[in-house]
Amino acid sequence: MAAVRVETASSAATEQVRRALSGRRADVWGFLFQLLLLFTLVFALAILVVLLFDVARTAIPYLRDRGGEVFASGYSSLPANAGMRTGLIGSIYLGVFVLVLALPLGVCAAVYMEEYAKDTRLTRFINTNIRNLAGVPAIVYGILGLAIFVELLKPLTGPEVEGRSLLAGGLTIALMVLPIVIITTQEALRAVPKSIREAGFGVGATRWEVIRSHVLPYAAPGVLTGSVLSMARALGETAPLIMVGATTGFLATEGGILASLQQHYTSLPTLVFAYVKKPQEEFQQLAAATILVLIVFIFFVNLTAILLRNRYERKW
Amino acid sequence: MAQTAAPPPRLTLTDLQGARARHRRERMMRGLFFSAAFLAVVISVAIVASLAGGAMQFLSKVDLGTLWSRGWFPRRNLFDVKTIFVGTLMVSVIAMVVATPLGLGAALYLSEYASRRSRRFLKPILETLASVPSVVMAFFALRFISPEVVQRLFGSDVPIFTITAAGIAVGLLVTPLVASVAEDAMYAVPNSLREASVGLGARRRTTSIRVVMPAAVSGITAALILGLSRAIGETMIVAIVAGGTGGSLFSLDPLKGGQTMTAAITALATGSDQVRGSGPAYESLFFVGLLLFLLTLALNLGAERFVRRVRSQY
Repeated sequence: MAAVRVETASSAATEQVRRALSGRRADVWGFLFQLLLLFTLVFALAILVVLLFDVARTAIPYLRDRGGEVFASGYSSLPANAGMRTGLIGSIYLGVFVLVLALPLGVCAAVYMEEYAKDTRLTRFINTNIRNLAGVPAIVYGILGLAIFVELLKPLTGPEVEGRSLLAGGLTIALMVLPIVIITTQEALRAVPKSIREAGFGVGATRWEVIRSHVLPYAAPGVLTGSVLSMARALGETAPLIMVGATTGFLATEGGILASLQQHYTSLPTLVFAYVKKPQEEFQQLAAATILVLIVFIFFVNLTAILLRNRYERKW
Repeated sequence: MAQTAAPPPRLTLTDLQGARARHRRERMMRGLFFSAAFLAVVISVAIVASLAGGAMQFLSKVDLGTLWSRGWFPRRNLFDVKTIFVGTLMVSVIAMVVATPLGLGAALYLSEYASRRSRRFLKPILETLASVPSVVMAFFALRFISPEVVQRLFGSDVPIFTITAAGIAVGLLVTPLVASVAEDAMYAVPNSLREASVGLGARRRTTSIRVVMPAAVSGITAALILGLSRAIGETMIVAIVAGGTGGSLFSLDPLKGGQTMTAAITALATGSDQVRGSGPAYESLFFVGLLLFLLTLALNLGAERFVRRVRSQY
């Protein structure tokens, strides 16, 4: 009897509480907030679309007009003779430097840091160094290359061209991406579970044997992804190359890569820089065309990395 | 009888050690890996040595009064550090004004609102945006941001080459970086915190702002510091768009052309054939490089600190 009375007395209050708890009211501000966040994301992504559209709008008619000739001719101060051949070849050469120098060195360094190094003061010091190197602006690597490869090692890197050679540029770029390779490889190695290693040690394998036969194969997709991303970075970078003399836009191609090591060189982004600075509209169009090729190049590389990651990503 | 039984073969320590050759190879590989890792230290030392060496030569050659004068004109031996520093500062502040709301908003949406499927699809696009080369962004700034954004907003008498246009372009370039690092930090906030908040009746917006963002604040700060450090070190955009070729008077007007630290270095390097080896103009490049290196190093170390804090928290 008493309980019923209490219930009826507070039924209005109960209803109020129930309504407050049910959350049926439209959360207008929450909705607007979500829209705002979505807008920022879409805006950031739209930049990519607008940029591509803007470049393609200028580049495609130009490429259609000049056809394959653009890919067959190199740098020239006459718009009608200028093209991007030297840049394409130079960029591929620089990619080879990354592949041959930065990747093996980076993987070796990462293997030491993750598999061998004990937590000593030296290890921590090396690790801090690697992290800091990854944050050093690209242009500072350019200054390093200028001081060491261009000036100090001039007799080695290119006595005929004042040290401003493909060798100097390639070494500089390789040093620049080295910390990225190390860090991504470290992450890939860290993702390989301990039990895999212990299984190897359990049958009496030495550390190197375990790394070679167990750890590296399992970490390979991650290492590959990181390498591909650092390659994309190397292909798009301009500032350090300008420091070590890739501005001239010439490229000696006689006798293949070995003969051109000590000669002038250029790359796709350097050509873009050279063309963008010229006032003539034709050069602006040529710059757009070069950019389109560069972007397609880099996006292709990136896409490879993403596909690799999605294909081989595994949870232990 | 008992004496004739063969004694059991005695194992010595050497039997258990395994083949000598394997040990030798093990030591060799270890040495190889160590020298590769130690290369990082060598590179760091080389960077500091080459920057400091050139900077010392520069400082010993010039009158220190020229470091604080009317403007940055290396050919005329005027090396006003504050001109290029303020230029860098203006570009980076504008860049962060663009990148902070865009980057954090995108990060919050990806981490708190997007479904798992759309996140899997959207994040790679954001990472692709991060790989747009800076010369490309510079071209875009000249052809699009300057005429369509800056001149629309501030009147058509504003020149094409401005600090503002460069700043916006740099901001768009660092947005994906800020978004990516901040999103990692927000995504790492344990679900139990979100569940506790929702269990108390908080809405998603309240949970995002009052629970997730404070929990990820170290990572978010790190993202912003990294973005700032990247903006300071960004070179090609300012070299092309900021319009400070040759030199620049001290100016605080972001709607004019100006010189930044990185643009000053490239200007010196591309035009260095005239000044090569001779005057202090060429060596000033190392001095500015040293300043730039120290500035970004301090910022990166700060960011690292914050990241370590977020890691130890959970």
